[in-house]
This record gives sequence, structure tokens and C-alpha cells, in this order.
Amino acid sequence: MTTTEMMTLKTEPFVLNFGPVHPSTHGVYRMRATLDGEVILDIEPVVGYLHRGIEKLAEERTFSGFIPLTDRLDYISPMSNNLAYCLAVEKLAGIKIPERGEYLRVIMAELQRLANHCVAVGSFLNDCGAYYTPFMYTFREREKIVDLFDMVCGQRLTYNYMRIGGVSQDIPEEFLPALKKLVKQLARFIEEYERLLKQNEILLARTKGVGILSRETAINCGISGPVARASGVAWDLRKADSYSVYDRFQFDIPVGEAGDSYDRYRVRIEEMRQSLRIIEQAMKDVPGGPVRAELPHLIRPPRGEAYGHLEAPKGELGFYIVSDGSIAPYRCHIRPTSLINLSALREMVKGWKVADLIAIFGSIDITMGEVDR
Amino acid sequence: MTQVYAVKDLAARLEERFPGSLEESDGDSLVVRAGSLLAVMAYLKDTVGLEFDYLNYITAVDYYSYFEVVYQLTSLTHNHTVVVKTRCQGRNNPSVPSVTGLWGGADFQEREIYDLMGIGFKGHPNLKRIFLWEGFPGHPLRKDFVP
Amino acid sequence: MTFWPGNYWWHWLFYAAVIIVFVLLMVMGAIYFERRGLGRMQSRLGPNRTGPFGLLQPVADAVKVLLKENLVPDKADKLVHWLAPVVAFAPVLMIFAVIPFQNGALLADLNIGILFIVAVSSVATIGVFMAGWGSSNKYSLLGAMRNVAAVVSYEMPLALSVVATVLVAGTMSMNGIVQGQTIPYILLQPLGFLIFFAAGCAEINRSPFDLMEADQELVAGFHTEYSGMKFAMFYLVEYAEAIAISAIITTLFLSGWKGPWLTPWLWFIIKVFVVFFLMIWTRATFPRVRIDQLMAFAWKFLFPLALINLFVTAAQVLVWPDGLPWYVIFINFAIMGILILAWSKLFKLGLGRSEV
Repeated sequence: MTTTEMMTLKTEPFVLNFGPVHPSTHGVYRMRATLDGEVILDIEPVVGYLHRGIEKLAEERTFSGFIPLTDRLDYISPMSNNLAYCLAVEKLAGIKIPERGEYLRVIMAELQRLANHCVAVGSFLNDCGAYYTPFMYTFREREKIVDLFDMVCGQRLTYNYMRIGGVSQDIPEEFLPALKKLVKQLARFIEEYERLLKQNEILLARTKGVGILSRETAINCGISGPVARASGVAWDLRKADSYSVYDRFQFDIPVGEAGDSYDRYRVRIEEMRQSLRIIEQAMKDVPGGPVRAELPHLIRPPRGEAYGHLEAPKGELGFYIVSDGSIAPYRCHIRPTSLINLSALREMVKGWKVADLIAIFGSIDITMGEVDR
Repeated sequence: MTQVYAVKDLAARLEERFPGSLEESDGDSLVVRAGSLLAVMAYLKDTVGLEFDYLNYITAVDYYSYFEVVYQLTSLTHNHTVVVKTRCQGRNNPSVPSVTGLWGGADFQEREIYDLMGIGFKGHPNLKRIFLWEGFPGHPLRKDFVP
Repeated sequence: MTFWPGNYWWHWLFYAAVIIVFVLLMVMGAIYFERRGLGRMQSRLGPNRTGPFGLLQPVADAVKVLLKENLVPDKADKLVHWLAPVVAFAPVLMIFAVIPFQNGALLADLNIGILFIVAVSSVATIGVFMAGWGSSNKYSLLGAMRNVAAVVSYEMPLALSVVATVLVAGTMSMNGIVQGQTIPYILLQPLGFLIFFAAGCAEINRSPFDLMEADQELVAGFHTEYSGMKFAMFYLVEYAEAIAISAIITTLFLSGWKGPWLTPWLWFIIKVFVVFFLMIWTRATFPRVRIDQLMAFAWKFLFPLALINLFVTAAQVLVWPDGLPWYVIFINFAIMGILILAWSKLFKLGLGRSEV
């Protein structure tokens, strides 16, 4: 063969299956990647391995009996799931929440955002290859947050804390002092973490400019949360469609510019800082009073439908509930943040290599419980 | 705060632009006929002043005699939102045009509705079951599904 | 040297036994050291249950691995699959034949010692590639291809930094290099040490260059389909190579067995573990590079620096042919600092996105 013939060797693409059981696919997620050597030509996501039929189960549970099932959706941030569902039902039934309940909800939601971002950032760095060290550090901090949740509701993973009309129980006395201590520790931890990683040459080489999601694609695909904000979409439901008592607190929305993996990582770290700010403000003025509105045990919202949504750590999580006046929802649809965020993956990985596929997938932060429901 | 766009105004504008496209226009949402769904959606997305560029979700509800497909659109620039619905009568092979051409995020959600409710989407590039396997008997989210 | 008054075959037998026992013991020590060290750096305890302080953990691992079933995939090429661990392990043992544990205490004092090491250490790659091919698994093949590409690329900076050391020492015999180190060569050749360390880590698939067995991406790379004793061999190869590279660095740069008070071979072991600790430290700290970044790093960064290092060293040896004086240390450190800073401004890691 002449040199020019040798340089244009005929290659054949092959399909590699990143199976449902894989050390790094954040749950049971399957991808069939068409590769040309190491370069990715196309991917086809296959989901459904964790489908439990939660939307159908909702039609057979009472309105309050469904709350434990919402814990199992995005099992990394169950407080937000509970809260989104309760917001939807309260919108449908026109229920008002007492002040103390609102403040507790905000504190719990922001703590949950911190815990979720600990997992997200830790696993993202793990996917980039930093052999579990940042993962261990962020999980150490998450343990402290989960200990607080344990103090409040007795659970470490599936909290079942929010109720329709407020929260299920009041906080014990040791909660607020422990929270104060935690806020100081977390602020110091984020600084230390940033010092280790922000200018790390290898991390920058792996993530800067990699997996770019353009602003137009983000809006068009319905992407929300840190992924969208890293692409320049300045949309955060806590400011745009304020719910609970978020309009009383001062905080900023970090927005990235390039939409690459590095921006997604930075947006999450900045969001952690802003969450600490919100918690500090909320801690100062928690009012007294009841934590839950007086409601009958079996709630019968009037006929109609409502969509209640909030800014969950992963994006916009919403519940569309249709009620026909009985004790169970007629239809409960869950807006799946992770499934919708996943629809951008194909565009983001084309042309990159296998190693980038895993890193980009890790930077979107998917939980299969929410994808499959 | 996200404002719900006044449905009456919108209905009036749409009747003017696409006569006969609306089925009902009182209440909080627009009910559009399936035939003019694509035209109305494109109008909502592209018109200056409306610019509903963000599709929150697509879902479907089974009301025994008809299926209702619900879309919620939001405009990020103007911060207003609207709920658009369309109905398919009858339970055999209901079908609705697909909006994947307008919003890429509709892809997976329409596949989910096809999988769980059995509503077909005309013009969808890859209408396969997403959660359940090919050959699963029936559509579980329907009210008359017997496992 | 008259340590063992016997004929050639007794000498060979003694040292063969010493090397095999040494390698096995050091590997077990290295496994324990790494797991505890990594654990402590990640703010968790390492293994601490089996035996006092977890010291029997490697023994437990070895016993477990020996008792596992030996699975061979159906479509695998049986002979290649079986031979791969052997071909990967044998060269590593051969490296130890020329490493001095004490003054004159080596299996064979070849006068081309370091050349022998460079030649033999590449043969282990064939074993890895045989493993990847013989497993009939796309993940393994990907891992094996990456490994071959990386090893071939990093041979160049490795060999060039070794050549610079040989120039300073004046001999290729490993024992001779140690004896010539009145000043440890890490001080006279700081750039050479760094290049050798980086290239060595890449050759043996350690972080940050461990994408050959990146378990976040490829399940386990080329040894995905191995279980039982064969997997134990690959595990052994990985740590034995790490100990081998540490031993070579100790001999070339840290003046081998030289040191006050303690017996020389004890100094040797201590220095090997110090270098190994450096490897553990980098593993716990850095993320992983991508394959094209790995190749770019070898060819565009390490290779030119190794060439410049060689020229500078050659010039110095020409100027002072009787051995470099101590003030050359400062000159070399200054050159290293300037070169690394300047070159890293010019150098960008990796290509980026390919057009699909």
C-alpha cells in the first residue's frame, strides 16, 4: 500500500454495550455506544431497568399515603421529592402552611441540596478517575448532613418528612445548634475542596471544553437545574416562580458560560455556597408555632388538576396531579428531571472518547430512580 | 413569579389565526384539536410576545371515553406559562401528532406515553417502548389494564 | 566478591530463591502499604481486622484468590488466554536479576545492566496484549490497545532519562551506578528523576495514567475475564512492576544500598518503600488523564524535556570529566525549574473533539 493508502485505513465502527451493571453508570442504566476506535459516533440509551410503576401505584394510595413512595424517586434527594408532591397537592386543595412549617421546609430543602451536590461532585470526580479520594471527602460531609436528618426524622435515606400542610414533626432542641456548627464546618470544607481541585491541571484538561451543551439546545430539550445554568440559562425556580418562603432570602444564582463539564462542576460548588447562605438566613428567624396545618386525615381535594414544581437539586421536579374528589389521585404524573436531562446526552458526547463519555455522563448527575420511576 | 398567560386572550388570538383549532377555551387551559396541534404549537413557540420556548412536560390522562394529552409550555424570557391539551376520542389506536420537531425534550416523554398509555405519536423519529420490553401485553397506565 | 564461596550454579540458585522470595514478600508488603496508605489519605481506615493492624490482609487476599474458580470464556483463545499471565510476569522477575541489594549482591552483575532492564521491561506488554486479545471481550481489547500505545510512547522518555544517568555514572552496570553515586543522582539529575518517575508510572499503569484498567470505564480493562490464580498473577504483576520501578529508581537516583549504620539491604528496602509511597501519594491525589492526553504528554512534553536533559548532562560531563562537583546541583535545579515552567506554558494537553 502506498503511504496515502495506508493513512486512510478503512475502519469499521463497532457497538460496545455499557451494560446495566457497570461500576460507573450511576444506577442500572444501559448505553449502546457505536465506537470508531475510541471515538464515539452515536449512543443509544436504554432505560427501564428500575421501572416500578410509581405513577400507577399513586392511583391506589391515598394522597398522604403516597408520600413514602416519592422518597424512592430520586433517592439521593428525597426531601425535595416529598416537598414537590406536597406543593402540588396544596396547590390543588388550596391549603396554607404555617410559618414555622415553611421555614423548616426551606432549611430541609437546602440541606438536601447540599447533600445531593456532595454526591454529585464526588461521583463526578470519581468518574474522572480521581480514585475515590474526593468521593470519600464529600461523603464525609454528607454524613454530617445525614446525621442531622436522622436527628429530625429518624431516617438516613428515605425521610418521609414533608406532609401535606407542613412537615411531619417539629425539630428537637439540639437541631439548630448542630446546624449552626455544621454550616461553619461545611463552609470551611468547600474552601478546602476548591483549593485542591479548582486549578488541578488534569481536571481542567479532562473537563474544560468537554461535553459542551449549547444554550439553545438546553432550552429546547427542556434541560433544567445546574446543567442548564452551566450553559447560560439563568433560570432557577426559586427566583423565577418562587414557592414556599424563598422570596424572603437573599441569594444568587450561579450561571456558567461555556456549558462544559467544568462549568457544571463549578455551578454545583457555587450552589453549595449559596445554599449555606440561605440556611444561615433561615436559621436566624425560625418562628414558633405549629409545623403543620390542621387537616383531616384523608384529604379530598376538590375536582381539578394542578402542577406543582420546585427547584430540586437536579433540576425542575414537578408533579401534575388530577383529582376527582376522592381520597386517591386520579392521575399523578411526575416530571422526570433526570430523564429529560438525559435527552441531551447524545448531543453532548458525539465526537468525544470513551473516557469522556463516562465523565460527561457523570457531570449531568442522573439518578435512575427518577428516570424510570 | 411565573404568571399563567391569560387563556381567554390566547384563545381569541388562536381562533383568529387558526379558525376551528380550539375545542374548548374556558377554564385554565387551551384544548386544541389534534389536527391543528402542530400549527398552534409552532405559533406559540415562535410568535414574538409569546415565545414559549421551554416545554415543561408532556403527559397523558385516561378519562375512560377519551385520552387527554397535556403539555405545559413556559417562556423563559417573559416568565409566563400556559397549559395546552389535546384529546383523542376512543380507545383503539389513539394518535396525536408529535412535537419532537419543535422541542427535542419531547422525544423520551412521548415514548413513555406510548409505552404506558398506548397513544401513538405521528412523526416521532423513534417510537419504541422505553420502560417495558417489546412484546409486553397491554399498556399499564390505562384505567382498564388488567395485569 | 566472596560472599558465597561456591561455583556459579550455587550462586544462581541462591539468588533466584532470594529474588522470588523478595518479590513475593515485597509485593505483599506493598499491597498492605498501599491499601492502608490510600485509606488514610482518603480519611478512612484501611484494612485493620485480619491480624494485628491488618498485616495479614494480603495473605487473606492470596488465599481467597487461590480458592476461586478458574473461568475461561467460551470463545476465548485458550492458549493465548493461559499464557498471558506467564508472559506478563516473567520479565518482571528478570528485572530483579540485575538490581543490587548490597555491594555486589546481585544475581548477575551484567555490565549492560540498565540496558537489559529497559529491554526486558517492554516484554511484559506482550503479555498484557495477549490477555486483551485472548479474552474475546471488547472491553479487554480496548484496555490492551491503550496499554500498548502508552507503553510504546513512554519508552522513549524513560530510556532517555536513563541514558543521562548513565552518562553521569560512566557505566551501565547497576552496581557500578550505585558505587559511583557520591552525590545521589536525584540531586544531580532532578529533571531526569521526574521524567523517569512519570514515565515509570505510565509504564506500569499507575495513576494518573491508569486508564488501562480504569474500572470506572472499562470494568477492569485487560484482566476483566480473568479469575482465580491467573488474576492473582496479573495483580502480582502490577505490584511487582511497581516495586521493580521503585527499585530501579532507588538504584539509579537514590544511591541504592548506600547509607549509614544499617545493613545495606535494609536501606535498599527502605528506599524502595519511600519511592513506592510517592506512587501511592500520586494515586490518591490526581484524576486520570485520557488516552490522547496521555500520548500528547509523552511525546510533546516528556520527550523533548528528556532530550534537553540529555544534552545538558552531556555538556556537563564534557566540562567535568572526572565527576560532577556539588555546585552543579544548583545549576541543574535551576535548569529544571525554568524548563518545566516554560514548557508547560507552551504545552496543551490533548486534542479535544473529533469531527464525527
